[in-house]
Amino acid sequence: MFDYLVKRIATIAPTLVLVSMLVFGLQQLVPGDPAKILAGEDQDPTVIAYLHTKLHLDDPLPLRYVYWVGGVFRGDLGESIRTQQPVLTLIAQKLPVTVELALMAMIVALLIGIPAGIVSAIARGSAWDYAANAFALWGLSTPNFWLGILMILLFSVQLGWLPASGYVSPFEDLGANLAAMIMPAFVLGNAIAAVLMRHTRSAMLQVLSADYVRTARAKGLSERAVVLKHALRNALTPIITLGALELGTLLSGAVLTEQVFTIPGFGKLIVDSVFNRDYAVVQGVVLVTATAYITLNLLADLAYFLVNPRLRR
Amino acid sequence: MAAVFTASRTHAAIAKTGPWRRAWLRLRRRRGAIVGLAVVVIFIMLAVFSPGIAPQDPIATSWTAIRQAPSAAHWFGTDDIGRDVLSRVIWGTRASLLAGVVSVSISLLLGVPIGLAAGFVGGIVDTVISRITDAFLACPFLILAIALAAFLGPSLVNAMIAIGISATPIFVRLTRAQVLNVKVEDYIEAARAVGNPPWRIAVRHVLPNVAAPLIVQTTLAIAAAIIAEASLSFLGLGQQPPAPSWGSMLNTAKNFIDNAPWMAIWPGLAIFLLVLSFNLLGDGLRDALDPRQR
Repeated sequence: MFDYLVKRIATIAPTLVLVSMLVFGLQQLVPGDPAKILAGEDQDPTVIAYLHTKLHLDDPLPLRYVYWVGGVFRGDLGESIRTQQPVLTLIAQKLPVTVELALMAMIVALLIGIPAGIVSAIARGSAWDYAANAFALWGLSTPNFWLGILMILLFSVQLGWLPASGYVSPFEDLGANLAAMIMPAFVLGNAIAAVLMRHTRSAMLQVLSADYVRTARAKGLSERAVVLKHALRNALTPIITLGALELGTLLSGAVLTEQVFTIPGFGKLIVDSVFNRDYAVVQGVVLVTATAYITLNLLADLAYFLVNPRLRR
Repeated sequence: MAAVFTASRTHAAIAKTGPWRRAWLRLRRRRGAIVGLAVVVIFIMLAVFSPGIAPQDPIATSWTAIRQAPSAAHWFGTDDIGRDVLSRVIWGTRASLLAGVVSVSISLLLGVPIGLAAGFVGGIVDTVISRITDAFLACPFLILAIALAAFLGPSLVNAMIAIGISATPIFVRLTRAQVLNVKVEDYIEAARAVGNPPWRIAVRHVLPNVAAPLIVQTTLAIAAAIIAEASLSFLGLGQQPPAPSWGSMLNTAKNFIDNAPWMAIWPGLAIFLLVLSFNLLGDGLRDALDPRQR
């Protein structure tokens, strides 16, 4: 276990270094002098000179990277040009909202995707199977911002059941929080439910034809026990890894979902920063997202290792 | 006797057909894939002939026809500044298809040679390429595309570049994995034994044998790129107004959802139909080209 952990961490170290280079490199794509862009319409030479010194723009590129990455190690991701707040503080303020949305979306996805996948595999070729596959295709082909707009049209405008936008902290009013988050969570969870359904279906089909399932049936166990205790437990193990891989989809989707439902989260932060040319915030968001993705994948691999006895031998 | 003769002749005919023809015959049997292909062809026609098909100028505003519901004069209604929604949906096909095809071409042009080099050369080249690919894959696709589009500046061309670069690692990884499988085959060993130089083996013998999964991935990647372009345009980072794009139409539509819902329904339905068609075609191609399905 320890050896595996060391080996696995050794592989993520170079990836993290390369991610930092990639995020730093984004700044180089800005056409022209970044200081002039950041100086705004006034183009005050004093401000431009100050930005050159502050952002080390006159130093060679490798040295600028060293300054930047040194700051990252100290928890300094720079400062928002618009609010003058540290980028890390801004991200820390917005992250809990997106984490709540992502967790709720994952619950929606698990509640829909896994049962649909199981039913589809057990009743292969039936109307249920076709319905579940059609649902998966729908989930994969619907842009979530469109689904969000349609849901607002139905549940907020026509029926008046749910608020169309806004966010209330769960610590202030849990009911209002759930009412505001249920539509975004469904919109975001829809595409992941489709992916989970397809994977659960194919994993279940594979497991249902395995020898130990035949043995379980031969022992006279009920079909329910065979499916839930023997087949599903083995089929669900790869879903742990898949869940971590889908984090990227969740975060990408959150950007759009938060925009549609005006939720003040991580995704809205990156979009607002893009339009304010707040490049340090954009870089910070990409860096934090990628690091979270790498860390969660590492944890998923370790969880997979722990729950799968065959890997521990 | 006649039956035996007919059977053997059919068998001979099938044996004579090449692998691509056999794949086409298998694809033709998949109704979903054929419907998908037909819808894609219809959208291509709409994109090519949009000046002739669109009933009105897609950017012509009319202050007397603001947010009008669908009618005989405007089948899909009008938008917040009186533009014909049907004409904008038809013209918007261009931006979506162009973004899908151009960005995936960028991914293919970059990803396939890099993946081929990683898988075929191996060693340090493979290690370096694989680590860089991991770094790109660690950044969620749309977030990386947003960041790239933000730094490059908002425009359709930059959105296509951003989507193309963001999708490249998937093609690198897929090509590399396929090359690793193929390069240990006997026919590659034979090609090497007769003295072919490595580049010739890679291009003439390895590449054609990894093409099938790449074609499937290309189809599915076009679907993802169309959604990505619509997403970037929805956020204001893709096609810039007043040029029509389904994503930017939806961005405007969300502000008028309570009194002009038709503004949101049609462009969204167009994205859904086109993406669904590419997904159906991709699924059908996967079944037709995957040897395990035979």
